[in-house]
Amino acid sequence: MIDGAIPVTLRVNGDDYQLEVEPQWTLADTLRERLGLTGTKMMCEQGECGACTVLINGLPVLSCLTLAIECQGMDIMTIEGVADPQTGELHPIQQAFVERSGMQCGVCTPAMVLTAKALLDENDSPTEGDIRQALAGNICRCGNYKRIVECVQVSAEMMRGGKAHA
Amino acid sequence: MTALKYLAPATLKEACALLLEHRDARVIAGGTDLVVQMKQGEARPGCVINIAAIAGQDAINYTERDGLRLGALVTMTAIRTSPIINQKYNILSQAAGKLGTWQVQNRATIGGNLCNAATSADTIPALLALDASAVIVSAKGEREVPVEDFFTGPGKTILSPGELVAGIRVPPLPPHSGGVYLKHTVRKALDLAIIGVGAVAVMDGDIFKDVRIALGTAAPKPIRARNAEAALRGRKMDDNIIEQAASAAVAESSPRDSLRATAEYRRELIAALVARAVRQAAEQAG
Repeated sequence: MIDGAIPVTLRVNGDDYQLEVEPQWTLADTLRERLGLTGTKMMCEQGECGACTVLINGLPVLSCLTLAIECQGMDIMTIEGVADPQTGELHPIQQAFVERSGMQCGVCTPAMVLTAKALLDENDSPTEGDIRQALAGNICRCGNYKRIVECVQVSAEMMRGGKAHA
Repeated sequence: MTALKYLAPATLKEACALLLEHRDARVIAGGTDLVVQMKQGEARPGCVINIAAIAGQDAINYTERDGLRLGALVTMTAIRTSPIINQKYNILSQAAGKLGTWQVQNRATIGGNLCNAATSADTIPALLALDASAVIVSAKGEREVPVEDFFTGPGKTILSPGELVAGIRVPPLPPHSGGVYLKHTVRKALDLAIIGVGAVAVMDGDIFKDVRIALGTAAPKPIRARNAEAALRGRKMDDNIIEQAASAAVAESSPRDSLRATAEYRRELIAALVARAVRQAAEQAG
């Protein structure tokens, strides 16, 4: 029987963090409150808005519905791990969001970028329909969907080696 | 959420023993239903038993003779993308792809969708139309229960203390079979079904050799529309017979008024979607 705080090792953005978590702590809480990685946003906290999306083993999941203790041994990526860790150079998706105003208030943006990254990692030439379907679980209350989809299309081109800049 | 005890058994046997010992426990797999319920205070388990570490529970096995066997931990994404399920049981891939969103599909499991026992659960009309069974394990051994007999009411199942769903068995489909799952929602993604209809048809030319129809959100639990099936079985497909089946399905349903839709609207939907699903399943069966 395990009761109270439990030691876990979380691999986040390639770094191992050893910490003690309570079983009821969500991954979102743990990333923000214990690791200070506040790029992961918490909005609805019921799995409806997608703002807390992180990648686990390369796939988008809702960190507000995932218990931190379940993530032992899994590879977690947050928005803080998307840019090049050495040079700080932005990922093409981030670059496109900056250059083409992919965000307004910005709260949905980290999750949009991560979900788009997971899509482009498995499909380098998505159609507009593929992009809209992949991002259907990410709600943008500013209603900036048209530009967000364009940003993903442009970054897909950049990643295929088309244009150097968005 | 209130403080929890946490258990992570390594085997099914161990999980069953823990479930018997901790009567206030809830099993967690993907957590996409349970964690929401815990946050909203609808579920207040004293401990959670995480079954994710049990080896082999995410396996998808298919043979021509025995059909499909899914481990309880197979995710919606795995079902949606599995070539063999897409080919042999396309209705199930359709249902998995209509559940929640990509994020939810990456965590939500077939065992969880079954055991949460929501009348709106997307995979259940598909499983009912496929005549699937739940494989249940306990210290006493293994038993198989048809999915149709698995639910006793909203959120309620026939599972006894110490029992765990280890997987799903789907019998092989005969040649000339087709199946569709139709889901009516307000929003295209991330919405619960106002009505969900699963239909599997086995055709002999334009004769319905066999047909199974299942309805979600049409009663306190997911149901088979047996009178509608009987109206079609052995009959030649035409508009009149499909109309009769759709009316029978409405008569044997008991939808309720809720925030999402009125019972009256749901009855209209049942008639429309049953007719559409049966036609599409028959066309697929070709």
